[in-house]
Amino acid sequence: MKINVFVTPKKNVLDPQGAAVGHALDSLGFKDLQGIRVGKLIELDVAGSDTPEFRARLDQVCRDLLSNPVIEDFRYEIGPK
Amino acid sequence: MNVAVLQFPGSNCDQDAFHLFASGLRVPTRYLWHKETALGAPDLVVVPGGFSYGDYLRCGAIARFSPVMAAVKEFAGAGGLVLGICNGFQILCEAGLLPGALIRNTSLEYRCQTCELKVEASTATFNPAAIGAAVRLPIGHGEGNYRIDEAGRARLEANRQVLLRYVDNPNGSLAAIAGVRSEQGNVFGMMPHPDRAFERFHPSQDGLAVARSVLATRFPELLRQAG
Repeated sequence: MKINVFVTPKKNVLDPQGAAVGHALDSLGFKDLQGIRVGKLIELDVAGSDTPEFRARLDQVCRDLLSNPVIEDFRYEIGPK
Repeated sequence: MNVAVLQFPGSNCDQDAFHLFASGLRVPTRYLWHKETALGAPDLVVVPGGFSYGDYLRCGAIARFSPVMAAVKEFAGAGGLVLGICNGFQILCEAGLLPGALIRNTSLEYRCQTCELKVEASTATFNPAAIGAAVRLPIGHGEGNYRIDEAGRARLEANRQVLLRYVDNPNGSLAAIAGVRSEQGNVFGMMPHPDRAFERFHPSQDGLAVARSVLATRFPELLRQAG
């Protein structure tokens, strides 16, 4: 399975990196911007199949390591290799 | 009395922290490699500054899973005294031993300067009477912007868990928070470096009083001796 984990700053947490990229977009003439958040994409290549047990383990590693729940949200997409 | 200073791959203030306690406060001090699973009965564990594991993923995120950290969690859970400085503070937050998290400085700049800090009346040994109303300590970090949700902030303030606040906020920290302690009062974390403020050639010697106050949590006689 190919899993893409998306980690983004929580909506109510300040995102200095996003703000800086937003300013640069503005100076590029991209004036329609209403919001921007910079996060990260983590690509996992995993053996096995998409079961509820697997999802529970994946949720746990996303919470414990791949994201910090104090400041970040995560979501993932599971697809074939 | 003995102090254990942890060493992770990428720690670079471990020697500063060692000398703060060994030479500055004259306390028996030793290093403890991150692969160790037993702490050997220290009175204080210091998690030093640096860039553990290259700051990969998030600052402190990987170090948190080092073998030694399981022992530190158990130690802290049993009331053991722990101090995290800079990257050490980030590691303790990631490990859930301290509330909140540290994100990128609002300025996006790495800030390396000496800061004036207001000392909060936090514990019986960490307060302005023991340390002074304000101290000057160096900082050196890109991700020292302290964040916590509103409920968490309210708890911090109600329990007097804030140790130090920046007078001139260098990184955008919520409520200018530079250091906090655990609710039980045995785990301390701060972005400023007491370990860079004790020698005559350092910008100040205020780090001694700050470190002494942390150690005095277990050994209050240290404050009387210091007079």
